[in-house]
Amino acid sequence: MITKGSYVRIEKVILSPTERTSKIPDDTKIVPFKVWTKGILQKDANLNEECKIKTMADRIEVGTLVEVNPQYELNYGEFIPEIIEIDVRLKNEK
Amino acid sequence: MKNKSYDEIMSQRQDILNEALGLDYQQFELEGLAFDYEKMMNECSYSLEDAIKIQRENGVGNTPLIELKNLSALARKYASAGKGARIFVKDEANNASGSFKDRRASISAYHAKKLGYKGIVAATSGNYGAAVAAQAAKQGLKCIIIQECYDSKQIGQPEIIEKARKCEALGAEVIQCSVGPELFYQALSILDQTKFFNASLYSPFGIAGVETLGYEIATQCFETYGKHPEVVICTNAGGGNLTGTARGLKKSGANNTRIVGASVNLKGLHMASDTDFNRKSFTTGHTGFGIPFATFPDRSDVLRSAARPLRYMDEYYLVEQGEVFFITELLAQLEGYERGPAGNTSLAVAFKLAQEMNEDEIIVVQETEYTGAGKHINAQLSFARQNGIDIHFGNPAESINGKNIILPESAQDINITKVDVDKLRKSYIKTMLATYNRNSNELSDIEIKYLQEELMVDEKQLDILIKSLEV
Repeated sequence: MITKGSYVRIEKVILSPTERTSKIPDDTKIVPFKVWTKGILQKDANLNEECKIKTMADRIEVGTLVEVNPQYELNYGEFIPEIIEIDVRLKNEK
Repeated sequence: MKNKSYDEIMSQRQDILNEALGLDYQQFELEGLAFDYEKMMNECSYSLEDAIKIQRENGVGNTPLIELKNLSALARKYASAGKGARIFVKDEANNASGSFKDRRASISAYHAKKLGYKGIVAATSGNYGAAVAAQAAKQGLKCIIIQECYDSKQIGQPEIIEKARKCEALGAEVIQCSVGPELFYQALSILDQTKFFNASLYSPFGIAGVETLGYEIATQCFETYGKHPEVVICTNAGGGNLTGTARGLKKSGANNTRIVGASVNLKGLHMASDTDFNRKSFTTGHTGFGIPFATFPDRSDVLRSAARPLRYMDEYYLVEQGEVFFITELLAQLEGYERGPAGNTSLAVAFKLAQEMNEDEIIVVQETEYTGAGKHINAQLSFARQNGIDIHFGNPAESINGKNIILPESAQDINITKVDVDKLRKSYIKTMLATYNRNSNELSDIEIKYLQEELMVDEKQLDILIKSLEV
């Protein structure tokens, strides 16, 4: 159970594949058009069930609860040796 | 709240957009395919002086113009005697949220506040979101940013996830969408639901904000070096950066400065493809936006776009992804500026163009952007490698987008491809004729004059372009 007042991320299907615009490539046409939004949970709810949130712009939005305290999963990635190779080549080039 | 259907929202598109911008585009229509661009820009927007004042009050503009002496020296090494222009960069990363986009956002947020809107919406995956969020915070407005962010496996572009983080750090609500043009429907739905201001990248307010960039380049260069730059290079995507900068340069008397567009070549990747989405390493400043927005500016989220690059673009060059990564590393290693990739698209072009110019000439790269986790070249290349993209040194001209990224063996091997601007002009004419259901042999004098201004050609040149379409 996720308690009211938690900061969560919700997912919502906006357009199913059959509802999507025709002007898109086939690989996009076969998947739904979805959106993800974050906000404060308005009532206790369970993961993967529908819930209601209030967003930072004070909108009330409904969707499937998919994440609590959603993380930013970004970093500098795995080391890329080619970047050092550029630096080494540059030293010889100057 | 019950969402209105796709068809319902799209049929109300015009009313929603008019209301969300507080601007009735009908007043600018002339006849047929023509509209009064200058009337829109001059009567319904902000003067250069007003834009400067608004920006100064909001931490925007007045960024340094820096000579890249070491990079210029390296370019000179590969140029013939007497060649190798002085390369300068306008360090726009110094703006409030880290890019030139603050210039656009500052005027839009100011205008939204003035008109009494409670909040502001922008559909953008890029720096513009952070800029709108920052300026909304300053103006005390609510803010919603709508991004195209994830593929169907919910794998996000690292650079776009970083923008979401930044927007949220600046107080905005971020709506993240899966791949597809229906983002426009989502944006319209939000505008309809909230009645917030549409901080479109393509409104006259946004472009007026960029004019100050051209003004600053002209005046800083003139005051320090006694002349205007010979060349200014703008990274080109939706066209607003180039349009605003060129207008600002001209308003400042820099009439002889060559305006050059630069984009990353992403040929072969479809912008609306779920599988191609994470196979590209550049989310903007690329041909996927640059070419279609040049040839049909009004594909944007306003009825008549204020970003019209073919009005100002003297030349247009493309570079490969690997070349931009390479020059980004050179900028850090040789000059001590760790900056994001978008502005460096222009820098790669400048490095090559400088070699063809005289050594006393000045070439200005008109923007930099901030970098960091997600946006950094290591993060971008790592993400590419995870997605099966092969990264190696070789000949960048042999790059296959979505399959590999080829880094040049040496700075000497950075090359540029010239785009045939006449081809873009022809494509523009064709699209406009089809959109407005006009026949080329029935165009009125007003429409002919409009096309000449749109395409920067005289009557004779326009005639040749039109005739070539009829063949």
